[in-house]
Amino acid sequence: MEKFILAFLVGGGICLIGQLLMDLLRLTPAHTTVSLVVAGAVLGGLGLYEPLIKFAGAGASVPISSFGNALVQGAITESERTGLIGILTGIFEVTSAGISAALIFSFMAALIFKPKG
Amino acid sequence: MSSKKNKYLSPEQQKYQLIAQAREPQRPVLLNSIRAFVVGGLICVLGQFFQFIYTTYFNFTEVSASNPTVSSLVILAVLMTGLGLYDHLAQYAGGGTIVPVTGFANTMASSAIEHRSEGFVLGVGGNMFKIAGPVITYGVFSAFVVAIIRFIILELGGM
Repeated sequence: MEKFILAFLVGGGICLIGQLLMDLLRLTPAHTTVSLVVAGAVLGGLGLYEPLIKFAGAGASVPISSFGNALVQGAITESERTGLIGILTGIFEVTSAGISAALIFSFMAALIFKPKG
Repeated sequence: MSSKKNKYLSPEQQKYQLIAQAREPQRPVLLNSIRAFVVGGLICVLGQFFQFIYTTYFNFTEVSASNPTVSSLVILAVLMTGLGLYDHLAQYAGGGTIVPVTGFANTMASSAIEHRSEGFVLGVGGNMFKIAGPVITYGVFSAFVVAIIRFIILELGGM
C-alpha cells in the first residue's frame, strides 16, 4: 500500500514539473518531454535514477524521464560487458519493449480506427 | 516574446505583439498543476498496480516487471487514443497525461491514425514518429553522450 502512495506522490510530482515547464517557461509539450528525457538520461548516468525507481516504483518508471534513464542503463551495462561497441548495441536493450509495443499497437490502431473529430 | 525576436519586426508588428500579449488569457497555473499532479499520479498508481500483478502472479522481479508494466500502459493508451478517450483526458490534465509513457504512446497512435488518409506507407509509416520522434532522438543522443562520458571516466580512473 505504501508503494502505491509513493508512486502517486513521485509520479504526480514529475508530472507537476512537466506542467510547470509548460505553463511558466512556455515550453511546448514536445520541448517538455524532451527536457525530461534528457534530465532522466543525465540522472541515470550519475546513478541517481535507479534509486528513485527502487524508492517509488512505477512512480519513477512510468514518467517519460525513465525512458532516458533506461537508454543510459542499457548502454552502460552492455558497454561493461562488450566494451565501447556495447554503447551502440545496448542503447535500446531496456526500452525495446516500450518502443516496440507503441509502434506495433499504434500501427494496429491505424488499421482499425478512423480519425475522430 | 524576447526583445531579440522583436528586432526583426516592424513597429506595427511590435504594436500587434503588445496587444496580443495583453489579450492572451492568463493560464490557471495552480489549477493546471493540481490536475497534472493528480492525474499523473493516478496513472503511475495504475502502473504500480500492473507491476504488483506482474511481480505477484507472473514471477517477474521488481526490476524486470517494468517492461510488461510499460507495455500494458502503452497498449491501454493506444486503445484509449483509438476510441478518442485519451484526448478528453489530455485536455483536462495537460502535463499529467503528456509526461507519463502513456502520452508517448498517445502521440504515436494519434499521428498514425490521423495520417491514414494519406496512405499506409507514406501516411501512417512516415508520420507515426512525427511527434514522438524528438523524444527518441534526444533520448538516444543524450544517452549516448552520457554513456561515452561515463565510459571514458571509468577507463581513465577505474583501471
